[in-house]
Amino acid sequence: MPEIKPRIGVFVCHCGKNIAGTVDVAKLAEAASRFPGVVYATHYEYMCSDPGQALLKRAIREQRLTGVVVAACSPSMHEETFRRAAEEAGLNPYLLEVANIREQVSWVHSGPAATRKALQVTRAVVEKVQGNRPLRPAEIGVVRRALVVGGGIAGIQAALDIANAGFEVILVERSPSIGGHMAQLSETFPTLDCSQCILTPKMVEVARHPRIRILAYSEVEEVSGFVGNYRVRIRKKPTYVDPGKCNLCGECAKVCPVRVPNEFDRGLSLRAAIYIPFPQAVPSTYTLDEKNCLGLVPLRCGQCAEVCEAKAIDFDMHEEILEEEVGAIVLATGYELYPKEAMAEYGYGTVPDVIDGLEFERLLSASGPTRGEIRRPSDGKIPKEVVFIQCSGSRDPEHHKPYCSKICCMYTAKHALLYRHAVPDGQAYVFYIDIRAGGKDYEEFVNRAMEEERILYIRGKVAKVFREGEKVVVWGVDTLTGRRVEVRADLVVLAQAIVPSPGTEELARKLRVACGGEGFLKEAHPKLRPLEALTAGVFLAGAAQGPKDIPESVAQASGAAAKVVALLSQPKLEHAPEVAEVEEALCSGCGICAPQCPYGAITVDEVAHVNEILCEGCGTCVAACPSGALTFRNVEDEQILRMVRAALEVADVGV
Amino acid sequence: MSEFEPKVVAFLCRWCASAGADLAGTSRLPYPPNAIPIRVNCSGRVEPQWVVEALKAGADGVLIGGCHPGDCHYVAGNYKTRRRVYLLRKVLAELGIESERVRLEWISATEGARFAQVMAEFVAALKRLGPLHGNGGAR
Repeated sequence: MPEIKPRIGVFVCHCGKNIAGTVDVAKLAEAASRFPGVVYATHYEYMCSDPGQALLKRAIREQRLTGVVVAACSPSMHEETFRRAAEEAGLNPYLLEVANIREQVSWVHSGPAATRKALQVTRAVVEKVQGNRPLRPAEIGVVRRALVVGGGIAGIQAALDIANAGFEVILVERSPSIGGHMAQLSETFPTLDCSQCILTPKMVEVARHPRIRILAYSEVEEVSGFVGNYRVRIRKKPTYVDPGKCNLCGECAKVCPVRVPNEFDRGLSLRAAIYIPFPQAVPSTYTLDEKNCLGLVPLRCGQCAEVCEAKAIDFDMHEEILEEEVGAIVLATGYELYPKEAMAEYGYGTVPDVIDGLEFERLLSASGPTRGEIRRPSDGKIPKEVVFIQCSGSRDPEHHKPYCSKICCMYTAKHALLYRHAVPDGQAYVFYIDIRAGGKDYEEFVNRAMEEERILYIRGKVAKVFREGEKVVVWGVDTLTGRRVEVRADLVVLAQAIVPSPGTEELARKLRVACGGEGFLKEAHPKLRPLEALTAGVFLAGAAQGPKDIPESVAQASGAAAKVVALLSQPKLEHAPEVAEVEEALCSGCGICAPQCPYGAITVDEVAHVNEILCEGCGTCVAACPSGALTFRNVEDEQILRMVRAALEVADVGV
Repeated sequence: MSEFEPKVVAFLCRWCASAGADLAGTSRLPYPPNAIPIRVNCSGRVEPQWVVEALKAGADGVLIGGCHPGDCHYVAGNYKTRRRVYLLRKVLAELGIESERVRLEWISATEGARFAQVMAEFVAALKRLGPLHGNGGAR
């Protein structure tokens, strides 16, 4: 076959002054026109604009171009734009490459050196594109089912929205019931709606939904596959109670001799080893907590089964591993409060009457351990002076977390206000750094707490909290008056920093999703793609991505669900064709490549075979192949070497 | 005679190091213009042979930029790179080429400042080493 002579076009973008202000674009285009293989070179103010794309398309047709280089911004910005334009002009999109002369040249260099580097970069990409082959993306089907990880309000909302759009949802929750932290709250700001009253209808809807399957007491074990075709292994822990038979009579819990701290009440009450976290739990069943049971193998007690009339208790239940296929995944794993051990300076964890915000919610809650009466943990007395400390562990880069936990200003105002409603002759103090009440009706709510409820807001940080007799002494500074403040309180409530729930990073690793510095799940773009992870087909919702209140979590969950629905509605997905392939004549079948592949995309018999759909295109196998039989489409060794040599030649010649 | 300006080839992975270089640009953090960036999907794609060829073709140093350990977009490509570069540097040293001329750095997509700093440090180190190819690039 005769070698077709390359006809390459080079288009240099000014990007207004972003590139043209530093790089001599006319000189670059002129020099590019003399690069080997180039038949056409020009420069234009904005290549991404409609006229810029029209210029590109016209030149492709008129000059019968066999390859195109657009020297412009980072390929992560407009590669897609230009490749689509090329396709419209009849050129295979994979014959167009972008040379990054903005982010990696004009914005970081100046003077003649900038133009010279732009020349090198463009020259290298011109060499590369001459080795490119036309490619066509492989088409793959979509499994029309979604996985939602986390059954808090964000996960519930996402599951409902996806299911209501007509798709099946698997909702995985690691604790025995869905509901998350929202189920623990007493009232919600700024409306003082009862939290459980607005949450439980949604929980019931999830439970009854024909397209939602709840896997409670379960965890994601392993995830493989790719967008549209994920395979998930889910470990379902044994509850030892058949939810179909359990009639919630509660006799089992009454006879159980074990008492351990109740997680749902944050340890402020006790529960049996067989228990239901709260009456409205979904799935509606008791759970036998194996760890705290006196013993199952061999059975040491068994009283619960004896009194169970429904015969719902089955000591032989085993852990199950479920394999499920899904097309998209929503991560809604939520938050936890910063651990108490970390706040020694506030006596947290050592002084019993220093509690955190969620513990206070349980004290306020009508379904809580005190039936909504505010009674302090140490002696059950009604506290007459309560100090609330905001930013406990937040906004403190030296000792704790550097970030603002966002919701604490609001819930502290709510706590103080609800305390005043419960104990009308009590005094509430709030220590704060600033009040951040950005949200609809939020500022008004804080003002109501300050003005109508006579809650004393003190601007300043608390230095120390310690016990003295029956009192909890709080030492702080009022930074507005400059005076030292001492409050001899009966109860101290810390607005602890919000941190990602335990296990978030481990789950992120299983999904190849990134976590930011503080461990929150990282979005694909902080402004423009806040609902997606960088891994295609994985979406984020709720506080797992960063501190959020309920309306924000719900909004993000609905947004993520809309993204999932859009993905699952595609008739076919395209898989990038820039992957590894085997030149069978060169392959000796040594098999060195197969263990390099993290996706199991390579099988070896006589020779190696690459599954194009499983291959994600890292090229690690290609670099390992000792016989050069594995190549990488459009990033072949020869292309790279041509790029290197050509660019270094420019460096020699200079401009 | 003007000061020696080392020539550098930088193989940068698409998801971390090249994105970090883009961020250095977006943040307008200047660094020396000596390196020719070549973007690849993963640092695991970088073949030791490329590095050798780059040095043969006139480069005074080669930088490979990948994701931090544990953060590889392709799970573990950077671990493979780490082993390969370790071995390559040993071989180069045997051939009388200073192993400092080949540098492997982990640069995340959020570390624009670190990219600029790595580039400045590497170029400074190569200036101290002098040209690989003797007087002014004769080879």
